[in-house]
Amino acid sequence: MSVKLNTRQVGDVSVVDVAGRITLGEGSSALRDTLRDMIGKGQKKILLNLGEVNYIDSSGIGELVSGFTTVTNSGGQLKLLNLNKRVKDLLQITKLYTVFDVHEDEAGAIRSF
Amino acid sequence: MRENKHHVPETVERLLDSSLESVDSAEQLALGVAERAGLDDDDLMKIGMAVRESMVNAVVHGNRYNANKKVRFSVSHGAQRFTVRIADEGEGFDPESLPDPLAPENLMRTSGRGIFLIRSFMDEFEIHRREQGGMEVTLVKYTVSK
Repeated sequence: MSVKLNTRQVGDVSVVDVAGRITLGEGSSALRDTLRDMIGKGQKKILLNLGEVNYIDSSGIGELVSGFTTVTNSGGQLKLLNLNKRVKDLLQITKLYTVFDVHEDEAGAIRSF
Repeated sequence: MRENKHHVPETVERLLDSSLESVDSAEQLALGVAERAGLDDDDLMKIGMAVRESMVNAVVHGNRYNANKKVRFSVSHGAQRFTVRIADEGEGFDPESLPDPLAPENLMRTSGRGIFLIRSFMDEFEIHRREQGGMEVTLVKYTVSK
């Protein structure tokens, strides 16, 4: 499988550990389905841990944006954690880095909700 | 940009199916030629991404996964240029009609960043309608040779 997703709860924050490639097809679909499921269950505080994401394409970026928009419109918050240089650079050149609330340590990210 | 001490021209051409597997194949073919040409890791990353984005456009937007339509793929390395050409058999479109993904009103769109990323990663990018139908893109990364 191109991407692995693990969901855990830290207090009232849902943390999704994402590993692998978020690309068109299996990767982006898996992320989309996981976020939809969480939103459907009414989860309002979602932290995407992208520390083990080694590749993301424009479709993957689209899923991050879609998830952010959907969670925000439902009154929740979606934040990002542990971006590597590649993902950070991509979000910066697409001017999305300042749209997301990005964190480098999990404890701080959890406290920020 | 690593100096290319090998200076061995290489060209790989394929006629690929309109599938996501072809996107992977094209990426691997391009990276193979790029590695043998001595490009550095940063260039490899950029080439890989640009090829993937271009192939996705050809497969998904151009040929619409039509099994009866092919993607013409070629990658070549010459003395100072690493070139990828990708052509689809779709209906074609006007590249000037693409919205700017960086415009404030488009920033939160969930798609439309592919060509922008390709232009960001490559030294040259050209796109045009083919006379026989569909679109063709040419991606170039400059290399240095002695």
